[in-house]
Formats: sequence, structure tokens, C-alpha cells
Amino acid sequence: MTETSIIISGFGGQGTLFAGQLLAYAAMDYGKEVTWIPSYGPEMRGGTARCIVIISDEKIGSPVARNPFAVIAMNVPSVNMYEPLVAPGGYMIINESLVDQKIERTDIQPIYIPGNDIAKELGNIRITNMVMIGALLELVQVLPVDELKKALDSHIPERHRGTLPINFEAIERGAKFVQEVLAEKV
Amino acid sequence: MVKKLLKGNEAFAEAAIRAGCEGFFGYPITPSTEFLEHMAKRMPELGRGFVQAESEVAAINMVYGAACTGKRAMTASSSPGISLMMEGISYIAGTEVPAVIVNVMRGGPGLGNIAPSQGDYNQMVKGGGHGDYFPIVLAPASVQEAIDYITLAFDLADKYRSLVFVIVDGNLGQMMEPAELPPMRDLDFITPEWAVDGETEGRERRFLSSIYIDPKDEEVTNIRLLRRKLEIEKNEILYHTEEIDDAEIVIVAFGTAGRVASTAVRQARQEGIKVGLFRPITLSPFPYKEIEKLADQAKSMLVAEMNTGMMLDDVSLSVKGKIPIEFYGRMGGITPFPDEILDEIRRINNSPPTDTDFNAREAWLDRLELIIEGEN
Repeated sequence: MTETSIIISGFGGQGTLFAGQLLAYAAMDYGKEVTWIPSYGPEMRGGTARCIVIISDEKIGSPVARNPFAVIAMNVPSVNMYEPLVAPGGYMIINESLVDQKIERTDIQPIYIPGNDIAKELGNIRITNMVMIGALLELVQVLPVDELKKALDSHIPERHRGTLPINFEAIERGAKFVQEVLAEKV
Repeated sequence: MVKKLLKGNEAFAEAAIRAGCEGFFGYPITPSTEFLEHMAKRMPELGRGFVQAESEVAAINMVYGAACTGKRAMTASSSPGISLMMEGISYIAGTEVPAVIVNVMRGGPGLGNIAPSQGDYNQMVKGGGHGDYFPIVLAPASVQEAIDYITLAFDLADKYRSLVFVIVDGNLGQMMEPAELPPMRDLDFITPEWAVDGETEGRERRFLSSIYIDPKDEEVTNIRLLRRKLEIEKNEILYHTEEIDDAEIVIVAFGTAGRVASTAVRQARQEGIKVGLFRPITLSPFPYKEIEKLADQAKSMLVAEMNTGMMLDDVSLSVKGKIPIEFYGRMGGITPFPDEILDEIRRINNSPPTDTDFNAREAWLDRLELIIEGEN
């Protein structure tokens, strides 16, 4: 089945829900079927925030998946929670800036990316989420990375338009990081 | 492309507005609150009525009053909030005024939790309030279906002077999906001949009430309500099927459970298992006859729900003991994953049940305990 399930998980405030929405917009605009569901537990600021995005060529049945194909883990609890659950052959994109550990499983591919550091380098730590989904789409080629930029351009609220260039840069830097890691491995 | 990425609750509220809802009365409760928030913003913009009431009891009685004027009125809430409304709901039914109520169901009983559930099936489908009455209950399974069926709900409510519940679970309320909203309907409805619209001259006085002191009058009303229910049964049954034509195993599931089952059916088909899905959309009127027909064709059924097997009873009534029925459910606010349903399909395919008179719930509970053990 041509269905890709992606979980984006982190602390509240790390932009996981918005990153998931942007991915959903990009998928929709690209002509894919898509669903987005947040965790909506009684969480407080600083608690966990995660969402699951399913992208498919066919009508989507279940909007939830036990074993996601890819997980963006923005913090340590997310790594611990999802390492056992990622589907064999799947991916984990780990925010190395906040996660000082390696995963043990060998049947999934991890990418350790210093998301916060790259975002800080670009001048705004709040765009870590964009670095991470840029990396995700470079790794899991469910949509072209450029679709994220198009979706951001189409759906960003007018008052945030000024942040487009830095967001684009963050997406590109995430993608470039993955390209380089993959090139080294070859 | 006109489809937009829409959040469930907001899309449902906008659909109600576009269907001509002129009065919304509610009280916030997770996971339905965004419905009320959207109404709070949009209804005053459009010059329509919005009240955040002091309680659910007040809200439903405001719906009752607004409905008596012949305008399209509604509320939206979630399980415990709906329970609080039950007295008013029964009064609305007894007065025979149309009203639409959206229930974004959550885990229960009691305060329970805010996670998605289908545990209000019996309360919604069998009435919930006191007395003999029969609400129409629609159970969409996607944001688009919810938009479409909220629109239909208002039409059915008017057509039959009936209560119409649209029930979804927290998943649908909270999720985003591409969907298309209908255009805004003109508010050119003809005021019904029973409405108390403030007009005092040129016609007879109108009176709306659910009081029939003389039991003979009440019985006449009960007969009228039952006749209406029978007519609704004839005209309004809705359901969705997938892969049903050659299915030896038929899954019956509604709402989110139906979606999850749909994924499992597709996976099982890839394994060559002849399985199909029957997803009731009207839970009341229930598609008894349609399911009975499937019982003549299939070898067994599997009912999947996010509750203790409430619809299972209605499926059993449909099947009349013709074939075995198995059950799988998750409760407490847990949404089953497709692999759980897939495992059930495989199990039934590997050792097809033959006993039509065994206790499906008990057998399921034994299996479920092992599954929960494995999860922990």
C-alpha cells in the first residue's frame, strides 16, 4: 500500500503540530490524500506535543498507525517512546541538539541532526521544526522538499510573511544535512 | 482545487452555518470546544444567534426555544455534556420540533476522559432521554462526510420535525483532512405552519408543548412519533460498503472504527482473504435489512467498535442467528490500530467460526486481556 505514516513528536512549543500541518498542506497541494491528528491530551506548556500525518495515494482509512514509517523525535522522551515502534525499514530523524543518545535498533535508519543548532545559526531557534521536516522529506521521499516551501508560501498567515526566507533556508539546511550524511555513507 | 485542509470541529460548525443554522447555544467541553469557538466567532458576524450558556441544561433549553420559532437551531457537545442535556432533548422530541445535536464522543462513563470513544452508541441510538421517541442518528467517518451529513441533518430534522444527532468521536473532531464546504445557503426557508413566530394577527393561535395531560392525547402523540419513525426507516437508511460483493467475512463498523477497519480490509485483501466492510451511516434508522441480506451471502461477521459492543446487539438482531458474529472492540478512549482488526480477520479466516449461539463478548474479552498484556 502506498501509504506513509509520519509522527512528529517533541515538547509543546517546539512547533511539532505546525510542522505536521505544513506537511499535510504540502501533501494536499501535491495531490495526495492526507490526514493529520494531534495528541490532544490534557497537556500543559512544556508537556509533550505530537501529531501523526498519513500521506497516501489512496483514500485513507485509519488516521492512526501503531508503527509509523518515520518519526521526527525533537527530544529524549520522543526517542524513547518511538524507537520501539518505528516500522522495520523505517526512519528516525533525531534532534541531536537535545538528544545525547543513540538508538539501539539496527533495522531502522536514524539521522542525527543538530536541529536547534542549525536553527540558531540561521538566527531563530523557533525554526528547528522546519529544519527537521526539511530533513524528513529529503530522507523519506514521499513529496519533493520544494513542496514544503510552496505550501508555506500558500498558507502562511499574512503577518508572518516576513519569515518566509528564513523558513525556506531552514528547510533547505535540513535537506542538505541529510544529503551530506547519505553521501558520506556511500 | 476547492478542497481545503480543514479541522474537524471547525468544519462541522461552518457546515452547520452554511446549512442555515440561525441559532447556536452551547457550553464548552473537550473534545468539541472548537465547534463552539467557531460559532462564537462566525454567528455574530452573520447577525445570527450565538449564546454560550451558563450550563448544558440551559443551552439545550435555548435550542428548544429557538427550534419552536421554526428556525434552524442546534448545539454541539461531548458525552458528559450531552448527558446533562437529556431532559431537554426529551422535551424537544415530545414537542416535535426539529433540532440538530452534534456529539463529539469521549471516553466514559462518568467524567471519563477526553480521548475518542463510541461509548454513547446506546444513549444516542436508543434515545437517552425519557419516554418513547426516536431520534435520527448519523455517524460520519471523515471530515467530508461530517460536513455532508450535518447539512443533511438539518434537512431531515425539518422534514420529520425530528431530533437529529450527528455523532463523531474525538478523532474526527480534532483531525485535519482535505474537505470541501458547501456554498452558503440562503435563509429563504418557509416558516413552518406549526412555528410560534410571534405573528398574532390573521391566523389561529399556535401552541407548542410536550404536555399531554390526558393519556389518550399522549397515546395519539406516541402513535404519531412511531409512524414517523417507521416512515424514516423506509426512506432514510444510509450506509457505505467496501469490497462486499464476494466477501465471506463482513466487518460491520461505524465512524472511526469503520475507517480503521477499512485499512485492515485492504491489507487482508492483499493476503487474499475475502473480507468486506459494511459501515452504517444511519445508526438510527439502523440498516437491519441490509445487514440481514449480507448474512445470506457471507459466512461470518465481525463487529468492530470503540465500546463494549453496543452496535453488536443491533447487528445480532439483523443477522437473526443465520451466521456466527464475532466482536472486537477497544474502550476507554482507545482507538484500535488496523493491525488489531487485521489479526481478527486472519484469525476468523484461519479457523472460521461455526457456532451461531456463542457469547462473542466473552470470547473477545478473553482475547483482549492477552492483547492488553502484550501492549504493556
